[in-house]
Amino acid sequence: MIELADLSLSIHGMPILRNVDLTVASGEITGLVGESGSGKSMTALAMIGLLPSGATTTGAITLDGRDLTHLRERDWLGIRGTDIGMIFQEPMTALNPVQTIGAQVSETLRLRGTPRPEALRIARDRLDRVGLASIPLDRYPHELSGGQRQRVCIALAIAHRPRLLIADEPTTALDVTTQADILDLLRGLVRDGSDDGMALLLITHDLGVVAGLADHVAVMRHGEIVERGRTETLFRTHAHAYTRDLLSASRPLPRAARTIAPSPVLQATDITRSYGGFRAVADVNLTLNRGECLGLVGESGCGKSTLARALLGLEPVQGGRIDLLGKPGGTAMTRADRAKISVVFQDPYGSFNPRWTVRKLVQEPFHLTGCPRDAEARATDALNQVGLTVGDLDKYPHEFSGGQRQRIAIARALITEPEVLVLDEAVSALDVRVRAQVLALLENLQERLGLAYLFITHDLTVVRAIADRILIMRAGRIVEQGKTAQVFDAPQHDYTRTLIAAAPVIPADWLAA
Amino acid sequence: MALGAALTAIFTLAAMISVVWVPYDTSVLTIANRTLPPSLAHPLGTDHFGRDLLSMLMAGARTSIAVALVAVGIGIGAGVPLGLAAAARHGGWLDEIIMRGNDLIFAFPSLVIAILITAVFGPSAFNAILAIGIFNIPVFARVARGGALPLWTLDYIKAARVAGKGRGLISVQHILPNIASLLIVQATIQFSLGILAEAALSYIGLGAQPPTPSWGRMLADAQTLIYSEPQLAILPGLAIVGMVLGLNLLGDGLRDALDPRLRRVRG
Repeated sequence: MIELADLSLSIHGMPILRNVDLTVASGEITGLVGESGSGKSMTALAMIGLLPSGATTTGAITLDGRDLTHLRERDWLGIRGTDIGMIFQEPMTALNPVQTIGAQVSETLRLRGTPRPEALRIARDRLDRVGLASIPLDRYPHELSGGQRQRVCIALAIAHRPRLLIADEPTTALDVTTQADILDLLRGLVRDGSDDGMALLLITHDLGVVAGLADHVAVMRHGEIVERGRTETLFRTHAHAYTRDLLSASRPLPRAARTIAPSPVLQATDITRSYGGFRAVADVNLTLNRGECLGLVGESGCGKSTLARALLGLEPVQGGRIDLLGKPGGTAMTRADRAKISVVFQDPYGSFNPRWTVRKLVQEPFHLTGCPRDAEARATDALNQVGLTVGDLDKYPHEFSGGQRQRIAIARALITEPEVLVLDEAVSALDVRVRAQVLALLENLQERLGLAYLFITHDLTVVRAIADRILIMRAGRIVEQGKTAQVFDAPQHDYTRTLIAAAPVIPADWLAA
Repeated sequence: MALGAALTAIFTLAAMISVVWVPYDTSVLTIANRTLPPSLAHPLGTDHFGRDLLSMLMAGARTSIAVALVAVGIGIGAGVPLGLAAAARHGGWLDEIIMRGNDLIFAFPSLVIAILITAVFGPSAFNAILAIGIFNIPVFARVARGGALPLWTLDYIKAARVAGKGRGLISVQHILPNIASLLIVQATIQFSLGILAEAALSYIGLGAQPPTPSWGRMLADAQTLIYSEPQLAILPGLAIVGMVLGLNLLGDGLRDALDPRLRRVRG
């Protein structure tokens, strides 16, 4: 099938890939795993001839014996879409919003000369194949859900029955239950044999996804493949130190059970937040005790971030009450009250004004309290708390990595010495090893400072590693709550059970040794 | 961009020098020296009233630049705060009022209204500035609002709100510095449009009044002599084209230099 032999790639002289050997065999699923910046996406782009300008390659890419390395753009046009199909991470932007899905799927066929009625018939057939049998061809992308759109992208990619399908983080932007469906679909496309031994190259950062799907795995780091092998063998032996690191970071241990004395710092009673007639948060009750970590788990659109904004006093509620440290919370908070609750957001890149120094950034919350005389010392102290140094004060956000930025965000949140920290998907954008470090930092800070965390996430693995208690939220309501271990071991609500079952996991016995 | 900056610099320099010194006084008519060809004494020759053409062009640059600069200043001074306020209250009644007001101004052809203003209040450089400036306001309001809206969804804005900052303070501290590059680029474009507008108004006699020299009126004056003394029309024409071209190139260059996305593409 497709084979990369000793492929090296540099862009404007900067080495990106080094001596990559990779074979994707037909009828098999090959997983390519690595952290962000490891070169896995560039490997895929090299296979499909979409490298950015300024890229120079050495080595060979061969597809069924045909050398692709020195193909001209014109020749690539005959290969992309027909011999090699590709799907991307973001189904929201991969489709043209002003064209129907039927037009988009059939267009790739008509480009190769298939007459229109025949193209439409095949498009219908392909959409049926990806599980969209009930969706008419004349639907527009915005009328479909994220998962359905990703199915359309897959239908597009397999319209020509390609011999190789490259899926670059195909489920990263999707909810966990949708992810499970898409992974099942991909598995079926390769396994059920009706597509004449199509090969699948699955690029992901998630070892759980690979474990459940791939026949072979290659682990990539800094543009090199550090380890490869049959999936089960690789997971059982994990010979390379880096693979071991990845594995242990991707399945953090559940937090040891602690006894939390009931002393509420933040309480929400029957709160409701509605937009027009839509109730984004409906009659939610929650209690957060001093020193406790309360996990709030839900899929996108369930209202968890809206709830967070209401608790932070950024948005009014239409019913119920919020109490912070015995005083009225939410929008009723005074400035001094607001200093007692702070927040860390998900996106380490959008969380800072790019034109401010760290010194100014971490001191911004002093706006609430008035700038104290020892502001400088406290900024330094906050940075030290999160493992950064005084030398970082004069740097700008772009000089830091994603993990370091989240540390700065935590430092900013800590500077007013709050009692409650709202962590809104605070580790979701981080690579697993960095995520493990930030989780350890959060746990450490909690034990030292007695902070209460409201830990909002969609990720069950993460919440298990940090939360004492969890709430499961769905469509604006809390459907289940309880101690973390109890919810995981004996989920009561159907939805909780679905969530837990859908989360990709590495089989326990693979890692026993 | 280098060419644009160079052209702009030449004309700006000429204008600045003309404040303190010009080779000849442009308000003195020496009919004996009319339409002299270029010489050492008059590097570009003289016009039909015997005024030194180089001096006229330098002083004309001063008029053009002053008018355009103040007009852009009016646009930024009024438009940017309006745009920021509209973005801060996105979807609210204030946004609605400001943007509909913008649409109202956009609905009138700017040059015709400028003519109207100068016709009513009398032709002068000041009225030309006012007329051009008013039409710069909605342009800057739109650019500021358009640049600010996506920023309002970012987490650092939310973080600032959690830190208790109001919309006004956030607009000044967080939004304005991050849309500055957009505004600078728009300013160069409006600047060149201002120069054109001033030239057009002066050409039809509604801009700067004699004896203040102006490129547009030099063109108008030269019109009757276009066959016998074509250089009298060509030179101010070249000055206008050069200045506008320079500013546009500078604006394009600045946009590329200030936009991190474009910067990355160029490597």
